[in-house]
Amino acid sequence: MAGADEKFMQVSMGPQHPSTHGVLRLLVKTDGEVLSSIKPYIGYLHRGLEKIAERVTYPQFTPFTDRLDYLASMNCNLAYAMTVERLLGIEVPRRAQIIRVIMAELNRISSHLIAFGSLSADMGAFTPFLFGIREREFINDLFEMACGARLTYNYIRIGGVSQDIPGGFIEKAREFLDYFPPKIKEYNDLISYNSIFIKRLADIAVIRPEDAFDYGITGPNLRASGIPWDLRRDEPYLVYGELDFEVPVGRGEMGSTGDAWDRYMMRIYEMEQSAKIVRQCLAMLEPGDHTAKVPKVLKPPAGEVYVRAENPRGELGFYLISDGSTKPYRLRIRAPSFATLSIVPKLGKGVMIADLVAIIGSLDIILPEIDR
Amino acid sequence: MIGLVRDIVTSLGNAGPLVRLLVTVAIMLASALIVLGIVLLYEGFATYAERKVAGDIQARIGPNRVGPYGLLQFVADGVKLLLKEDIIPFYADRWLFVLAPYIVFTASFAAFVPLSYSEHVYVADLNVGVLYIIAISSVVSMAILMGSWGSNNKWSLFGGMRAVAQIISYEIPIVLSLLAAVIVPASLDMKDIIGCQAGGLGIFRWLLFNNPFTLLAFFVYFIAAIAEVNRTPFDIPEAESEIVAGYHTEYTGMRFAFFFMAEYGDMFVVSALATTLFLGGWQVPFIGGLAMPVWLRELLEVAVFFGKVFLLIYVMMWIRWTLPRLRVDQLMDLCWKYLTPIAFFNLIGASIWVLAFHGKGVYDLIAGLYAH
Amino acid sequence: MEAKKIYEILSGRFGSAIQQFQENTLPPSIVVGHQAIVEVCDFLKKAEELEFLSLICLSAVDMQEKGKMAVVYHLGSMRQRHTIVLKVELDRGSPHVRTVGTVWPVAAWYEREAYDLLGVVFDGHPDLRRILMPEDWEGYPLRKDYVYPKRYHTWDV
Repeated sequence: MAGADEKFMQVSMGPQHPSTHGVLRLLVKTDGEVLSSIKPYIGYLHRGLEKIAERVTYPQFTPFTDRLDYLASMNCNLAYAMTVERLLGIEVPRRAQIIRVIMAELNRISSHLIAFGSLSADMGAFTPFLFGIREREFINDLFEMACGARLTYNYIRIGGVSQDIPGGFIEKAREFLDYFPPKIKEYNDLISYNSIFIKRLADIAVIRPEDAFDYGITGPNLRASGIPWDLRRDEPYLVYGELDFEVPVGRGEMGSTGDAWDRYMMRIYEMEQSAKIVRQCLAMLEPGDHTAKVPKVLKPPAGEVYVRAENPRGELGFYLISDGSTKPYRLRIRAPSFATLSIVPKLGKGVMIADLVAIIGSLDIILPEIDR
Repeated sequence: MIGLVRDIVTSLGNAGPLVRLLVTVAIMLASALIVLGIVLLYEGFATYAERKVAGDIQARIGPNRVGPYGLLQFVADGVKLLLKEDIIPFYADRWLFVLAPYIVFTASFAAFVPLSYSEHVYVADLNVGVLYIIAISSVVSMAILMGSWGSNNKWSLFGGMRAVAQIISYEIPIVLSLLAAVIVPASLDMKDIIGCQAGGLGIFRWLLFNNPFTLLAFFVYFIAAIAEVNRTPFDIPEAESEIVAGYHTEYTGMRFAFFFMAEYGDMFVVSALATTLFLGGWQVPFIGGLAMPVWLRELLEVAVFFGKVFLLIYVMMWIRWTLPRLRVDQLMDLCWKYLTPIAFFNLIGASIWVLAFHGKGVYDLIAGLYAH
Repeated sequence: MEAKKIYEILSGRFGSAIQQFQENTLPPSIVVGHQAIVEVCDFLKKAEELEFLSLICLSAVDMQEKGKMAVVYHLGSMRQRHTIVLKVELDRGSPHVRTVGTVWPVAAWYEREAYDLLGVVFDGHPDLRRILMPEDWEGYPLRKDYVYPKRYHTWDV
């Protein structure tokens, strides 16, 4: 078992372990409770999506994007649709753009609810998780109204959305927006400012800005390190340019900037902002088409594009090469969690087992997107 | 109970020594079985209560399928656990592995013996009752270590090591804070301790209100007791998000159930100890001085005792479903840097108080002022 | 900064190692000789006004018809708000390129993936193992001429 360095015990954390957020395997060497090295092993969920993309037509690949980050399917759909639209030069009608933003932001809230809940559950407090699930249920109902699905939506299609939002959706969404913000205060009272919780997360696994760049960390994790970078604001797509929202950044409220608590809190702040965005979008909705005129057979001109969008877990990018046929020549998926996971061996040196759980939970990785 | 045995044995008159022995053993066995039945019933009810309380806190329903209001859920759980396959890992140390659950349960069960449920309902009136409970519940840590080592599983080993370190550490503040209370009645006998808490408008003679030091001792004791029974926020020996299930990772079916029942048994014992020492035991507040039939008085006393115990158990459940978990080193910090010194100085303070005021409590002193 | 300007700065500094400027891709790309890639990347990261601190994405592309294997680097700078694509074209028969893991540590993982799925060998990589596929897998699945195996160990694929 040990061999050369018999001082250490080698433990395989995962692929079946309650807090590796999927089938991640971490081979850790420990000296008692303290970790001396971490080696991540991934690929248990590898389905070869990039290979599949080369064998199916452009619209056929949309359902596969649902399975990338299953907690934020809408956002994955969106990034893929935008990539193909950029290649084809399709202009999406304004109504469809607004609907897309509503869906993407609602999905961001529901994804962050899981992130917030599962980190709390990892810290031993199970109640916040169920609180998160309770609110997520509301969003799932909204999505079910819109597209009939509750997890893999396949709603945002190339050219627009699959169908217009049904009657009653706007009222129900408004109801949610009135219901949700007080709940955030409830979360803060329950767990965010709980002193044990702060003790567990503050100053744990601090990611300095230069490390964040070096390891390709994006999204809330990057912003927690104090970098105000959000593609929605800095490279606006859809109607984000017209919306009024803030980009929260980590300020080291409870410890150093970029610690686990900052990363956790980014999600709470972003949920508030997303709710704000959805409210504005609902007011902006005007009658119009829900999809552009898209030909039955999509044959984009030969060329290559790289399009990225702000997902709940960071930048999701699609690098798409077309050879002029009906199928992509090469589709490379740049998954945010993949890059994020690469910093774990660095962060996990010399911490305790319990901290490793905090690191994984606060980075909020998701395995299907890493393994693709 | 011992008194009862003596009475019956005396009434046998001149029967032979063998008959006397047999009768004694039979009575002992019968009373043990009665207590076992009550303990099992309590444990079933406690698991049900835990799930209902958790459900209530987490905005869900909890068990509601088996029997009215799901009351028979614990029966179903018991049947399920009995029917589960009994797995002993191939590389386990068979003896230790098999023996551990029984020892854990026995130790937890044996701690029920000196408890005094009402003036006349008790199993044994030990003159060292408090000491006995402390001693017998330490056996649990040994059994947990046996089970965790015997499982031959690294997660179990982590759990076992954590459990032993935790239980032994927290024994110190527990004993010190109990001492601060028992020096007032100057007895380790449950009956004497409860007896000295009678009167005083019903509650003001409780040792809790005897002097400021016993008040503090109660809180130190209660915090340490939660750690002693391995419940959140001190449940690190079985922290499911870190070390899978800790020392009972490899246990299945009934063997697992023994660990599980021992936990609930320990909860009862520590709460009963707190009730006895600080909350007046079975003393009925306010109407304790009234004349009433013996059976009614006994019934009231038992109800009051259980009511107080269940209140404390409810607080434990409430804490469990609200707070996150501490880290190992933080747990030890709390014990050695805060609880132990506090308990120690508390003990000194309580001793000085007892010396200075000849064992009189705050209530008696104030009442004495008015009497003059 | 405009991509054209970046191209000019690079060709001014590295001369013939900067082979081509492609404006039809999005973002525009610069084809770099594979010997110079690490130096070019290092320069792009450290030079003032360029500050490409992020390696957004590293992909390998099988260009079967040209008999080449391309490695594509998507670089971005959050402070300067510009992006650029670097491309390296390698011999498809034995694709070898130096690792840029020394410039951006995240490249170590991207390069492992490129090695795993397309068989590009990154010289100087400290830990070049398969990352997504099983360690004993044969062949590189994302190559265009990949033949699907019938069996893997005892399983029908």
